[in-house]
Amino acid sequence: MTITEAILAQHAGRDRVSPGETVWIDVDTLMTHDVCGPPTIEIFKREFGEDAQVWDKEGLAIIPDHYIFTSDQHAHRNIQILRAFAAEHDLPYYYDVGGDDYKGVCHMALAEEGFNRPGTTLFGTDSHSCTSGAFGLFSTGIGNTDAALILGTGKIWVKVPETMRFVFEGELPPYLMAKDLILAVIGDIGTDGATYRAMEFDGEAVYDLSVEERMTLCNMAIEAGGKNGIIQPDAKTMDYTRARTDRDFTPVYTAPDARFHSERVYDVSTLEPVVAKPHAPDNKAPVSEVAGTKLDRAYIGSCTGGKLEDFVAAARILKGQEVVVDTYVVPATTDVRKALWTEKVDGETLADIFSNAGAKIGLSSCAACLGGPPDTFGRTHGTEVVISTTNRNYPGRMGSKQSAVYLASALTTAASALSGVITDPRDVLVA
Amino acid sequence: MNDLIRGKAYVLGDHVDTDQIIPAQHLVYSLTDPEERKLYGKYALSSVPPEQAGLPEGHCPFIPEGAFTSEYTVIVGGGNFGCGSSREHAPFALREAGIEAVVAESYARIFYRNSVDGGFLAPFETPQKLNDKVRTGDEVELDTKAGTLTNVTTGESWALQPLGDVAAILEAGGVFEYARQQGLIPT
Ligand code: SF4
Repeated sequence: MTITEAILAQHAGRDRVSPGETVWIDVDTLMTHDVCGPPTIEIFKREFGEDAQVWDKEGLAIIPDHYIFTSDQHAHRNIQILRAFAAEHDLPYYYDVGGDDYKGVCHMALAEEGFNRPGTTLFGTDSHSCTSGAFGLFSTGIGNTDAALILGTGKIWVKVPETMRFVFEGELPPYLMAKDLILAVIGDIGTDGATYRAMEFDGEAVYDLSVEERMTLCNMAIEAGGKNGIIQPDAKTMDYTRARTDRDFTPVYTAPDARFHSERVYDVSTLEPVVAKPHAPDNKAPVSEVAGTKLDRAYIGSCTGGKLEDFVAAARILKGQEVVVDTYVVPATTDVRKALWTEKVDGETLADIFSNAGAKIGLSSCAACLGGPPDTFGRTHGTEVVISTTNRNYPGRMGSKQSAVYLASALTTAASALSGVITDPRDVLVA
Repeated sequence: MNDLIRGKAYVLGDHVDTDQIIPAQHLVYSLTDPEERKLYGKYALSSVPPEQAGLPEGHCPFIPEGAFTSEYTVIVGGGNFGCGSSREHAPFALREAGIEAVVAESYARIFYRNSVDGGFLAPFETPQKLNDKVRTGDEVELDTKAGTLTNVTTGESWALQPLGDVAAILEAGGVFEYARQQGLIPT
């Protein structure tokens, strides 16, 4: 069995499962946020009763992150519903807005808080819940009805997916990031190239990546229609997870005789920096082909591109330089934000590097990744052309339907912010 | 889910995403308030580009001006129907508009699940392309038991992919009803 099949079999209480079978499984973790939490709670109460108890308080993470720093009243109402529910049920893992518990973007927060335990199952009311699979667990996005059922029972049905295997061989050159690898894959297979299937990432170049960067690979599995993204756990995964949780978990692996739907092999040493052109994540072009395209804005943030490693990469390029277009820096979580003031590149903190370069540093949340209310930090309002480390560039995704978004790595985004046109990071990276 | 679903077909292209089905700005309405929920029907498919709305000609609004429901009962789409976000409001809005089933070459999986588990509509897959064989406004009959779609207007008939395990959930009326029947949650 593949790792995905093995985890599902174990959680279904079975020795084996095969792709295509439908099984009911036990859920270890349920995550919801401020957009889908309130309707989930509503369905939960309707179906299980006003006084119903959640199936496992320890397994529930409620992480508000989408519409946080806004004056929008509907958005505030949503937070109040979450807060009341957390108080009513005395929930240990509610990361409230406005206090020390607040985290920011849910998928990064799940990792930091030790929810991404290898071998477990995680479901979230967010399509990018596939991110957690980077730690060798089965994780995927669901709707409110499914989430409400889990909330009451800890169970859900799953159709066992076939697995597509993506092998990255060779040594990653310093001008490439995980973002370039996943944009290459999505460009090759299309936005429905992995529909219903698991995407398993493998190969030495994947295991050379930090766990953070691996999350970027799995995060965008959904942009190819994938059910889940997954990477087998290794020593780095174990160290990261054990440092963040005391709970038990048993890592699971792909067996040597596992069967795959298909396999694609990439030699990363031959790949180039790429972007996804407007208005679809599979609209791939090498940076060299679109270099010189005029920009109005650069945006570094989100669950895909707002990790500490993204900011370190950007800082390496921005240090001692000044940006010529509006540049927004949005750390995914409060931990990442704090690190901007402690982490240094050549003796200077990231926060100083960004401020001196003229970039604006925002508060941790989804911010303009999905547009949001009109007063959202970094949101587009007109015909802006944006280069962004986010994961979706459908029309209107960052706010205005007239704006155009190029998806790119933090290196390419930072290099472009310095020149105001799409720029290959190889042109500015000093060896 | 009825054994026989009969009515007019509304035809769409590939990659109809959840923003076209129900734009994000409308997600604020209550799903339970009887007056507010009708607005989901009113705005269903409101962001489909006009030339793609009601193929083959296009420019055929799904919901008439001022109305809350549609004259169509079945949607015939292309590939990757319902891609994009995990919003359950998408199949809900189609159901509010009066849609009972969608026939498409493939679905984005979260839309597919949400359609079934919410008991909103039956998502049938067709092994062959049908959105060039059915015209918007054709009378169609979907036999959900046999898994066949008949274009009553032209007399043609096609076998669809069997629903498989999800048929039982749709028959029960959604995943909660199904779970109760199976004894997974107390009645
Ligand atoms: S950062 Fe963007 S993609 Fe990630 S969870 Fe938030 S809105 Fe979704």
